[in-house]
Amino acid sequence: MAECHPVGFQWVMEAKARGAKVFHVDPRFTRTSAVAHRHLPIRAGSDIVLLGALVNHVLSGGHDFREYVLNYTNAASIVGEDFRDTEDLDGLFSGYDAEKREYDPTSWAYQNGDAQAAAGARDEAKTDDDRSHEHGPGATFEATPSQTGHAPRRDETLEHPRCVYQILKRHFARYTPELVEEMCGIGPERFAELADAIVANSGRDRTTAFVYSVGWTQHTVGAQYIRTAAILQLLLGNIGRPGGGILALRGHASIQGSTDIPTLFNLLPGYLPMPYAHEHEDLDTYLERAAGDTGFWGNKRAYMVSLLKAWWGDAATADNDFCFDYLPRLTGDHGTYHTVLDQIAGKVKGYFLMGENPAVGSAGGRLQRQGLAATEWLVVRDLNLIESAEFWRNSPEIAAGETSPEQIATEVFFLPAAAHTEKDGTFTNTQRLLQWHHKALDPPGDARSDLWFIYHLGLRVRERLAGSTDRNDRPIQELTWDYPVEGPHDDPSAEAVLAEINGYDGDGRPLSGFTALKDDGSTSSGCWIYSGCYTGGVNQTARRRPGPEQSWVAPEWGWAWPANRRILYNRASADPEGRPWSERKAYVWWDGEQWTGHDVPDFEKTKPPSYEPPEGATAQDAIAGTDPFIMQTDGKAWLFVPKGLVDGPLPAHYEPQESPVANPLYAQQDNPARQLYPRRGNRYHPAGSTVYPYAFTTYRLTEHHTAGGMSRFLPYLSELQPEMFCEVSPALAAERGLTNGGWATIVTARTAIEARVLVTERMSPLRIQGRTVHQVGLPYHWGTSGVVRGDSANDLLPIVLDANTHIQESKAATCDIRPGRRPQGAALGALVRRYRRQAGIPED
Amino acid sequence: MFNKRVGIEYWPVLRQLTGSDRLGRGKAARSKDTDALRARTGQADRVVESVCPYCAVGCGQKVYVKDEKVIQIEGDPNSPISRGRLCPKGSASKQLVTSPGRQTKVLYRRPHGTDWESLDLDEAMDMIADRVVDARRSGWEDTYEGKPVRRTMGIASLGGATLDNEENYLIKKLWSALGAIQIENQARI
Ligand code: SF4
Repeated sequence: MAECHPVGFQWVMEAKARGAKVFHVDPRFTRTSAVAHRHLPIRAGSDIVLLGALVNHVLSGGHDFREYVLNYTNAASIVGEDFRDTEDLDGLFSGYDAEKREYDPTSWAYQNGDAQAAAGARDEAKTDDDRSHEHGPGATFEATPSQTGHAPRRDETLEHPRCVYQILKRHFARYTPELVEEMCGIGPERFAELADAIVANSGRDRTTAFVYSVGWTQHTVGAQYIRTAAILQLLLGNIGRPGGGILALRGHASIQGSTDIPTLFNLLPGYLPMPYAHEHEDLDTYLERAAGDTGFWGNKRAYMVSLLKAWWGDAATADNDFCFDYLPRLTGDHGTYHTVLDQIAGKVKGYFLMGENPAVGSAGGRLQRQGLAATEWLVVRDLNLIESAEFWRNSPEIAAGETSPEQIATEVFFLPAAAHTEKDGTFTNTQRLLQWHHKALDPPGDARSDLWFIYHLGLRVRERLAGSTDRNDRPIQELTWDYPVEGPHDDPSAEAVLAEINGYDGDGRPLSGFTALKDDGSTSSGCWIYSGCYTGGVNQTARRRPGPEQSWVAPEWGWAWPANRRILYNRASADPEGRPWSERKAYVWWDGEQWTGHDVPDFEKTKPPSYEPPEGATAQDAIAGTDPFIMQTDGKAWLFVPKGLVDGPLPAHYEPQESPVANPLYAQQDNPARQLYPRRGNRYHPAGSTVYPYAFTTYRLTEHHTAGGMSRFLPYLSELQPEMFCEVSPALAAERGLTNGGWATIVTARTAIEARVLVTERMSPLRIQGRTVHQVGLPYHWGTSGVVRGDSANDLLPIVLDANTHIQESKAATCDIRPGRRPQGAALGALVRRYRRQAGIPED
Repeated sequence: MFNKRVGIEYWPVLRQLTGSDRLGRGKAARSKDTDALRARTGQADRVVESVCPYCAVGCGQKVYVKDEKVIQIEGDPNSPISRGRLCPKGSASKQLVTSPGRQTKVLYRRPHGTDWESLDLDEAMDMIADRVVDARRSGWEDTYEGKPVRRTMGIASLGGATLDNEENYLIKKLWSALGAIQIENQARI
């Protein structure tokens, strides 16, 4: 965190100054480790073992926050008789189909009941007729029609053998400190110190926070890493309370915003799912699958209809299902990695890159560049001439003589982009806070904002299709696409767009928030969770009341979704009766008449703790006054997930696709539902390979930004970190003859890259299963363009994905490392092939 | 360098040894020249409130503009998030926006071309619009395995995590209306 989110880290230091104990778990010793109380070097890819052992420590020692767990989680819910755990099936949950390599989650349901996945953001299951070999295993997932509400059977004593609490206990029983030592390389004293500190710092008076980043998400079990942390934090009562939580630190200025208002294939704004293809699907059947009927998702029709009204205005009426048919349909995984493979297969004609550099930043760099070279035309919008714009003349493949500009047919348009100082707009930061940045001046030359680009492109496309009578052109003809323009370049008003996102009532007045949305077409809102950001016609995101003039929650700086709440599910900061768990941790509470406190309560303001839902209640009316998790169908946080995940209702430790060791827990080595793409250019290493014996992990440096498009082109930052390097321990350096400051070549089945060697004790060899495992650290910023250049670490990685998120495993893989620079020209491919042959990997 | 215009009594080391500023970190080190120095930020025509464009901490920035040029970007002390601080990237953002290496012209590379060519922005926009219409049609699918999909697989887009919410909103809106579904960004990565 000190390396990649340095200014955010000041708050960790503030907490430390007030007595907080800071642990840093990371394969490398970093600036964070330097100021933490304890650095725990860990083997990349083994975090579920560590977190699972912490869960086991809490459960077996009786350290859970019982009142919180009993009332606010599904610990007491009883799971159906058909459920089988990984303990029963040697690493598989019930419902696995080995041929299709996917789960049928039916047997994970509560006894005599079912639960709809809480949020809308779920892939649909493949029904048999949906299946296509093109989409790879585990790619899609069918949600069944919603049967919602509280678990039909609960055991408040938590003793029923099939209650979630007991299932958890059995499931995690083998996640012991000994296993942590064997798999993570963290000794029992260190583990005890960590476990004791977490337990001592949780409860009524104290809270513990977990902070993570892509070190947890970029795995074939990424979603389950976060799930394990969620289980631990819920058992300890650390969610929805000040100083608690599981905090994702995100790496781009608006990566949170681009998830909320998604440029993602499977989502519509506000986490409504994109519709999947079905034979007779209308708005009703879509909504039935989209989310549950109870909890705040129960208002899904209001959210969806308001979105359709924002997009198609007067054309969207109750008679035509509010133009629901105008939305294109999904049939599987259409994520970026899938698209790249489709590009290579010649299926994608045109490609837009808007502030993104996949030639350096995405896993499998060679495949990424192959995809670009197989695209008919490409539009790159960026500040600088990044690798993805110039791959046709300076890629590693051209340097190796594998291809040439004359052979690459891609037509490339480079359009210079405006910088943040040259446009109005909002970023949503990592805490869900929207902050408006004001335009300071006009962009230079041909540079334009992406808002300008997409708006004017839309105008031109609409012009071309204006006279068409093709019914498929109606969605674009009838789209609301009329924004006031300003300035010398006719920039569309970002404020007008924000106002559309916020939404309007039937009289054209800005809405006050999402609770004002209607399902009859009388309101519009481009993103329901952002509704309220322009309430009263005032740009709430531009509020800048100085921090020192506000409370510590700082509610008048920017605007946080939803409803300007700064901590989600904060009703959990009070006990079931609505009293703060302790004075020290008071945050929101029931004052006898309403909910009040330091933050906007994440609960209906006047719903008393004594409220019990009547039979058949829907939406928020189905949520009891003691249920803080208002987006869940039962108002409870889910320790066990009966529906919504494709790889199991509980986290289990699986080794990364490429691992130096065997999984001692189960016969199942890796996540059985992971998405594999064994093919030319994407060969995987066998587990425990002696040809690729070392583990490696990738990371960022303070002085560079992701794929380098905004940093490697700046002399200041280039001077601070001028060269690609690898970090190795003195022991590994001795084993492989590497010298500090010299060169090393890192080899995988995909390619080989070179890097300067940094021999440092910051990398510690670990004892795993009785032998030494070395890890190589690789920053991934460099490429063939920019002020400073170097080989790209991402070129080494294969494409293998988490089936829930379709995110690649780039934090743990294996390699060989050898002294000296890599071969040039054809000799590079020869070296890589020689390794593959030695390892018995199929020829490309 | 020795300043001939002033006498020896103005030498900083002498003033440090003889005056009250024994550590030489205060007035002993000052001269008329240093007294006359003014922060660049003081000359700005306007100061605009902004947000760091790099990571998602969202540090507050103040952008100083003079003669329609950004002359400085500093941390905003009012921000309850950052309290005026910026990390190396945030501190370098003036260079991000003023760097001479920054591209400000449209460039075009024709199929099999070996170099960039220049292209008028307006013409580029028309060419791209033509290609969108064409790729959308040629990649169009009314049905997929018998089920209605009404979409195009001819166009894909990647990017958005460095963009504004308003920009992402229009991107998703336009592409969805055109039937393109392969719309992705860094959040998947
Ligand atoms: S200044 Fe640094 S920590 Fe702050 S937002 Fe920018 S990149 Fe992140």
